[in-house]
Amino acid sequence: MQISPFTFSFGQGLARLGAFLSLTLLALALGAGCKKKTEQSPEGGSANGSAPARKQSIQNIGSDTMVNLAQAWAEEYANVDPAISIEVSGGGSGVGIAALINKTADIANASRKLEPEEEQKAKASTGQTPSEFVVGFDGLAVYVNKSNPLDSISLEELSDIYREDGKLTKWSDLGVKAIPGARSDDIIRVSRQNNSGSYQYFRETVVGKKNDFKSGSLDMNGSKDVVEQVGKTPGAIGYSGLGYATPDVKILKVSKTKGQPGVVPSIATVHDKSYPISRPLFMYTPGAPTAAVKKYLDWIMSDAGQKIVEKTGYVPLPK
Amino acid sequence: MNLPPAPVAGTRPLSVSTGSPRGPRRSRAAVLGESVLEWVIRLCGISAILFVFGIFFFVLREGVGFLFGGLKLGEFFFSTEWYPTSLSNVRYGVLALIVGTFSVTGLAMLIAVPFGLGAAIFVSEFCSDRWREGLKILIELLAAIPSVVWGFIGISVMNPLIQEVFHVPVGLNVLNGALLLALMSVPIMVSIGEDALKAVPDSFREASLAMGATRWQTVRRVLLPAAKNGLLAAILLGVGRAVGETMAVLMATGHAVNIPKSPFDPVRTLTATIAAELGEASVGSPHYQVLFIIGILLFTITFAVNLVADLVVKGTAKG
Repeated sequence: MQISPFTFSFGQGLARLGAFLSLTLLALALGAGCKKKTEQSPEGGSANGSAPARKQSIQNIGSDTMVNLAQAWAEEYANVDPAISIEVSGGGSGVGIAALINKTADIANASRKLEPEEEQKAKASTGQTPSEFVVGFDGLAVYVNKSNPLDSISLEELSDIYREDGKLTKWSDLGVKAIPGARSDDIIRVSRQNNSGSYQYFRETVVGKKNDFKSGSLDMNGSKDVVEQVGKTPGAIGYSGLGYATPDVKILKVSKTKGQPGVVPSIATVHDKSYPISRPLFMYTPGAPTAAVKKYLDWIMSDAGQKIVEKTGYVPLPK
Repeated sequence: MNLPPAPVAGTRPLSVSTGSPRGPRRSRAAVLGESVLEWVIRLCGISAILFVFGIFFFVLREGVGFLFGGLKLGEFFFSTEWYPTSLSNVRYGVLALIVGTFSVTGLAMLIAVPFGLGAAIFVSEFCSDRWREGLKILIELLAAIPSVVWGFIGISVMNPLIQEVFHVPVGLNVLNGALLLALMSVPIMVSIGEDALKAVPDSFREASLAMGATRWQTVRRVLLPAAKNGLLAAILLGVGRAVGETMAVLMATGHAVNIPKSPFDPVRTLTATIAAELGEASVGSPHYQVLFIIGILLFTITFAVNLVADLVVKGTAKG
């Protein structure tokens, strides 16, 4: 049996492979676990106790759309004022506002305005009127390849392209005769992975809250990847942050309904609310902000804070 | 392993202490050191088993709650609708992801097996010594390229190339991922395949040549049958690599939930889904647990591949 020594090493190889695969899985799981823990830890030990010696902590809870931005602010602010630690957690705008009402949040992040009913509840609970701060804007641009002759699209058409039961699948349905370089008439949808803020915001404003995206879109892992993929694929359409445009893509004008003139997305049209796929991002405090919170909010609205807004793919405040 | 057990102090009978048959007696420390070392090595061996079971246990623990409480298995295995974050109608169908994984792996093997085994045969049998050393270094270099780099090549080089050469609308597709996986698994196949061929004793070759067989006849009729277990191992390790690979396929296959109708359709694999979504799924949520169930599924698939491989090898070894 000359072959038998080899069978032995074969078994070893497989064991090694198995171990490698499972270690990869473990690393993935651990990585995810740790990340979440740091984000969610404040929920447990909020105001009372557990904070390390003398370090004042600010509880910042709310919108998932804003969680990356809030995290980026909190990390940077640790360098600005080391005496204060900002504890960020997500859950959604509603969760943040509920935390405001329950007095467990010092700042609530919300990607929508406080509803009158919620304001009443907050007043009843805290005895103060919540203060509202606009800290930036969320806006998504619609990108097509630079060779695409189309230059304007309506929200309905976008919805028909991306919605699960939407009927628009061909460029010719939109009146686009031929795209130079495109190998077929099919609209190639470029989207994001299903838990990104952009995905959720696009679903909310374009596809419809109660609807889902059509399967089969290319789901990219980052805002930049969407634009790059559209730039490399003549028949593609995609949505991404405003700041990601490259020479290979074209930003479409967007109109609310078909026939209306389209609006070019820009910092100006986001600010005056004429561009339909944009919204302000809010932070709420229970009453007038306390000294430490005020200092933090002032820093967020300063140039340094607003630079982070731009860097994380959102639209900064008007200067 | 046949050493007598270390005698316990106090109970040692006199006859043993005096009856040292040949050579000087080993000191107590040396005997103790020997057995300690033996146990350390034994522990190293057992630890691989512990790790595999430990990892399986942890992955299972995270997913098992939802696996037996809430997950519709029929939908999980037979539906192509993957909407884990839908607001109106959450669906966890992974059929498209399973088909995606197998289509990319299958095509990759169709490309890699002839190339990998061919290269192994060339390096082992037909190559001059000088060439062999150079080739082996280059092939090992190919194995050392990180998978993110492969993914990057897939996006930036292969993506436009595939569109151009095959006149297809999307360059991120099954073929792109399969080509990358083929390139990644070829080095494994070559080095293990070459070892397998080298393990065939030279007397086989000499006998065959002495009988008047040409070199190719020797390879086909003598070496391949003699080394078939090792070559099979080489192929299966390549399959394992391809099924478990994450980053490159995440970037190169287009990441679209889609049952492919041709090699030019984008797909999404099981591994890529875990990588893209686990980071932002909140711990303990159904989405998070379903991703771990996908992990269990992957574990089961690789286990099945290994088991089948083992059985096949054992079966052919007998004959």
